[in-house]
Amino acid sequence: MRLAVMITMALSLAAGAAFAKTPYHDGTAEVIKPTDKNHPLGEVVSGYDFRKAMIRDVQDDDFANPAMLVADHGEELWDAVDGSAGKSLSQVFEGCAEVPLNVVGSVYPRYHNAAGKVISLEQVINMCRETAMGAKPYKWESRDMLGITAYIRMQSRGSRVNVAVDGPAAAAFERGKELYYTRVGQLDMSCAHCHEDNYGNYIRADMLSQGNINGFPLYRLKWNGVGSTHRRFRGCMKNIRATPLPYGHEDYVALELYTAWRGNGLKVETPAYRN
Amino acid sequence: MKQTTKLSTISRRHALAMLGAAGAAVLTGVPAYADGAAVAAKIKGLTGGKSVGEGAITLDLPEIAENGNAVKVAFSIDSPMTADNYVKAVHVMADGNPTPDVASFNFTPAMGACSASTRMRLAKTQNIVVLAEMNDGSFKQAQATVKVTIGGCGG
Amino acid sequence: MAKIKPRVKVPKSAAAGDIVEIKALISHPMHTGRAKDKKGNKIPRKIINKFVASFEGQDVFTANFEPAVSANPYIAFPFKASKSGAFTFTWVEDGGAEYTASKKMTVA
Repeated sequence: MRLAVMITMALSLAAGAAFAKTPYHDGTAEVIKPTDKNHPLGEVVSGYDFRKAMIRDVQDDDFANPAMLVADHGEELWDAVDGSAGKSLSQVFEGCAEVPLNVVGSVYPRYHNAAGKVISLEQVINMCRETAMGAKPYKWESRDMLGITAYIRMQSRGSRVNVAVDGPAAAAFERGKELYYTRVGQLDMSCAHCHEDNYGNYIRADMLSQGNINGFPLYRLKWNGVGSTHRRFRGCMKNIRATPLPYGHEDYVALELYTAWRGNGLKVETPAYRN
Repeated sequence: MKQTTKLSTISRRHALAMLGAAGAAVLTGVPAYADGAAVAAKIKGLTGGKSVGEGAITLDLPEIAENGNAVKVAFSIDSPMTADNYVKAVHVMADGNPTPDVASFNFTPAMGACSASTRMRLAKTQNIVVLAEMNDGSFKQAQATVKVTIGGCGG
Repeated sequence: MAKIKPRVKVPKSAAAGDIVEIKALISHPMHTGRAKDKKGNKIPRKIINKFVASFEGQDVFTANFEPAVSANPYIAFPFKASKSGAFTFTWVEDGGAEYTASKKMTVA
């Protein structure tokens, strides 16, 4: 089976680039040179630049991008009083996040002092709801959580992804790196097989990107809606016939940190729009 | 989704057998699609069999849609949009979906120009036909093909 | 997509004679009636079947949507600014429920 898959892939990779009209292929993409000497790639490119105009045009227009409907919902939640403390997230969030609001979207996942480990933005929000607001946590992939994370990351839109992977974050970073290169599932593939070795090539009719996560949460046509980074991880794992981990799993947080680091220097695009 | 999750816990031989079964199910369960004839019949119904002219309609459709769930369909029609000379209605049809109708639009001279943009679902590669009805009862149409690519990655 | 909410762009101001572009989105799954849920039951058709834009009480543009219109339907269309006034946008769902939004435009 694996052989057949590899043959199919090879064929479509060869046939692929012929009808590629993307900024990455025509040289108009924003290409970042990674500053970290440990970075495996010589160029870092947003998933946006691997898409054709039909997709990019929607992301470029906040009144055409359906992800904004979810971000609007997040904005309402942001100012809404909820929980036994009689507070809104807007009143308490910066204290919970340990960094200013307009920076949060570019530095999470991050080592959180109070938590004593690297955590995702979703986990900061739920920690804040439970401890500072006395409110129930949101479910990871709920419209409420997607809305609030989209709204918060949007406050950093246009600034550069800059997650820290040294010091107390080093262990999670190493774990994430290990996961990125580990073959899993019945197809026996790792993240790197597609997103490091074959970005810019077609896998069947899909143009592979570098798998950067600078636009999450994002609207995906495949989903007809907005989803989180962890949902995308789960989707990739199903594709290679591996068993997906639960949302918020420690390994997914580590993988999210590592993947975000690979995209350090890219602009935050949340809420992005993809196929 | 559900099926692929299951696959990860069973043997490869089993998985292949299941894939085969799924393939057969797809073949027998093919939904009926509209075709050129359905669109032609639709146009005949709308025009009452009148002749339909070409020109004046500019279509804005992607050559290749990376996903069929939301494909841009936009058009603009040269018209003064005055009380005595305007576009009354525009019908958008597709010949490869389960039914030919996509959307229709009613215009008024107050708009000052005739154009619209929306997003549609396309089940596969197919032709899109745009039929415009002028206030004097005449018709114009334009047509384009959109290739819909089937992705390699689900999730 | 439990909550059905519109999002509309109308320029706040325009010069008389300008042709402005209006854009409208609404959160809606646009159930075609063909898909099945996880248990294999058909999800009944429920779509936004109509969008009406009116200016100062006068209908100026109508869109009739079929199930082939994408989830979270989007519509953009032109309008010629002639006087200041208010737009009302109405989305009609199968079954008759209506969702509305209003926007003012000042014309100098």
